[in-house]
Amino acid sequence: MIIPLIKGLATTLRMVFTKPITLQYPEEKKEMTPRWRGHPELTVNEDGSRRCVACTLCMVVCPSNAIKGIVPAEGPEHEKYPTAFTIDLTRCIFCGFCQEACPKGAIKLNRLYELAQYDKNLLIMDIDRATQPKSELRRPDWL
Amino acid sequence: MMNLPLLIVLTAVKITLVLVVFLTAIAYTVLMERKVLGFIQLRYGPNRVGPWGLLQPLADLIKLLFKEDFTPPQVNKVLFVLAPIITAVTAFLPFAVIPFAQNLLPPCFTIFGQEVDLTVAALNQGVIADINVGLLYVFAMSSLAVYGAVLGGWASNNKYSLLGGLRLSAQMISYELALGLSVIGVLMFAGSLSLVKIVEAQKSMWFIVYQPLGFLLFFISALAECARTPFDLIECENELVAGFQTEYSSMKWALFMLGEYCHIIVASALATTLFLGGWQGPLLPPIAWFVIKTFALVFVFIWFRGTFPRFRFDQLMYLGWKVLLPLGLLNILVTGAIILFLQR
Repeated sequence: MIIPLIKGLATTLRMVFTKPITLQYPEEKKEMTPRWRGHPELTVNEDGSRRCVACTLCMVVCPSNAIKGIVPAEGPEHEKYPTAFTIDLTRCIFCGFCQEACPKGAIKLNRLYELAQYDKNLLIMDIDRATQPKSELRRPDWL
Repeated sequence: MMNLPLLIVLTAVKITLVLVVFLTAIAYTVLMERKVLGFIQLRYGPNRVGPWGLLQPLADLIKLLFKEDFTPPQVNKVLFVLAPIITAVTAFLPFAVIPFAQNLLPPCFTIFGQEVDLTVAALNQGVIADINVGLLYVFAMSSLAVYGAVLGGWASNNKYSLLGGLRLSAQMISYELALGLSVIGVLMFAGSLSLVKIVEAQKSMWFIVYQPLGFLLFFISALAECARTPFDLIECENELVAGFQTEYSSMKWALFMLGEYCHIIVASALATTLFLGGWQGPLLPPIAWFVIKTFALVFVFIWFRGTFPRFRFDQLMYLGWKVLLPLGLLNILVTGAIILFLQR
């Protein structure tokens, strides 16, 4: 009758001297897994040009109309590219359909998770702000 | 008697100092509890306010002071206000007879050309009042504490509060007996009710060595007296919301909390005094030994809270009346027999 009580006390005492598993959140941040669905963004090539060919498949597949305003243009060698592209994060449901639909791997969900903003307009991203300069976990002030 | 005013002033200063230190200790016991519970649950506990969370008690105090002091319309106003005051005051009072050091000051000193005898009213000793019925006084005061909870539960005019208050009174009455019986062995060895004498009687050996069962019974009963886990049925959230404190807010609630943590410290200090040799110990100054022993026991209180689930009410009563009470009587019997045998 007494032994289980002592066992319990031993367990809790052991925990006292075990390192806490707490993540000190604002100072320490968790690196999300590669499959984490953050918000969609346009990826770039090695040379810094966008991969998007303005096919609008992502816009068509988007169930919540978060992607809109794709304006195509044509380059000197008849390649298509967008001159305007809007990702509306106030509508985005982070489903990842755009990423699946894209034939060029040009739109991908990144690994950001701190997306709250005071100003709603900051969440409606034009083509420049929707483009990812390099693939790394960025801070929310980037938005 | 020329020195009477001076002695009164000195006594007041001493009591104030002890009270201030004691209140600070209570505030930091709350922090200690939150920290230790945090460690047990693999968390850090409060660590945002000040370095290592050390200013958390201050922040809590400020928060509580600025909270709305709400008195529900259906309550009995006088008793509602009186209850937390009774709880806090009766929790403080037992500390008056607990010796926390040997001698603080020399027996006499000269001020303004006057010889002041400090041995009057134990002014030079590390105890506020060395009265010869010390232990009885402690039990009397700690029994009064039940009035705070019962009146609070009654005056709140709320079924949960009332049930909490009733439970506490039943619990206190049951465990007061076991608590009283558990210390009789100590009294047989020390031959005095004065806590100062009891500490002095432990000069060669702590009484826990002679009275291990007595210490265990005392500690379990003290847990129940303080209404701490695993005996915190009076405020078990899943049945009674918060027991007798359901309707209380702001500083009235804080007084209940103050009383609760005060009870813990007093119970630990009492256990230290009765069983662990009080302020006696090698090398370190007496007051340090007293603080170390007391807070070691406070840690055990918190440790128990972090480990054990709550008793059911019938289990609580069973343990009190059918386990602790017979064991207490057995302890007295065996102790008495041994003392009688040794005297032959």
